[in-house]
Amino acid sequence: MKLGIMVNEGPYTHQASDSAYHFTKAALAKGHEIYRVFFYHDGVQNGTDFTTPPQDDRNVVKRWSELATEHSLDLVLCVAAAQRRGLVDVDEQKRHGKAGHNVAPGFRISGLGQLIEAGIQADRLVVFGD
Amino acid sequence: MSEAGTTKKFLYVNRRAPYGTIYAWESLEVVLIGAAFEQDVSLLFMDDGVYQLVKGMDTKGIGMKNFTPTYAALGDYEVNKIYVDRDALAERGLSLDDLQHLVWEDENEDWAEKDSIHLVGRDEIGNLLEEQDVIFNF
Repeated sequence: MKLGIMVNEGPYTHQASDSAYHFTKAALAKGHEIYRVFFYHDGVQNGTDFTTPPQDDRNVVKRWSELATEHSLDLVLCVAAAQRRGLVDVDEQKRHGKAGHNVAPGFRISGLGQLIEAGIQADRLVVFGD
Repeated sequence: MSEAGTTKKFLYVNRRAPYGTIYAWESLEVVLIGAAFEQDVSLLFMDDGVYQLVKGMDTKGIGMKNFTPTYAALGDYEVNKIYVDRDALAERGLSLDDLQHLVWEDENEDWAEKDSIHLVGRDEIGNLLEEQDVIFNF
């Protein structure tokens, strides 16, 4: 089955991103296709490379990046949500004259159309968040 | 711009008050972008989400932009199936008269102006959810 995943909460405060990660990993292990993972609302915080959790805790951001590399996942941060919450890639850094960029490997910033497209193209859109 | 002719039934479920969290506004942003994809779109307002449609809001006191006039533009985006949980309204001491009068123009009937809001009971909401392909829950 072709699945779209939507993550609506940031890391650590809510379990939504953990659940989405475990679900995505399990679905891939079962041979399903992940069409796209779309991060919205505070969910865009799952894509900041500036995260430095304690050594003995899981690294939610890095875990997504590694899964993306391993399975060529398309991890998309909503641009409007990202701009509000300080997620900046190289292009956005230039455009807005910011001091740095912080989008983690494997993630990209794009528009809400990517979410709608996932809803249309995937057999199921599975939503994680409160 | 519908993808390879695919048309799916999209339902946006709005359950939260318009302010206090950003969910209501960011839901509306998805609806507005999604309208370009020419899908079969419905909106459902239930729980505290019914407050989103209350007319005459003034947000000066909280220093936030009042985004609720945007709902009136939904008809122009061909988003004209707006369902409101009748019981959720009643439980909050509200009625249809407290909500914005949202309309759309039917091009098949000489652009006759029609109401977009439909009050529904909870049994009908169950059916509404059942018939969707994609449900966004905000």
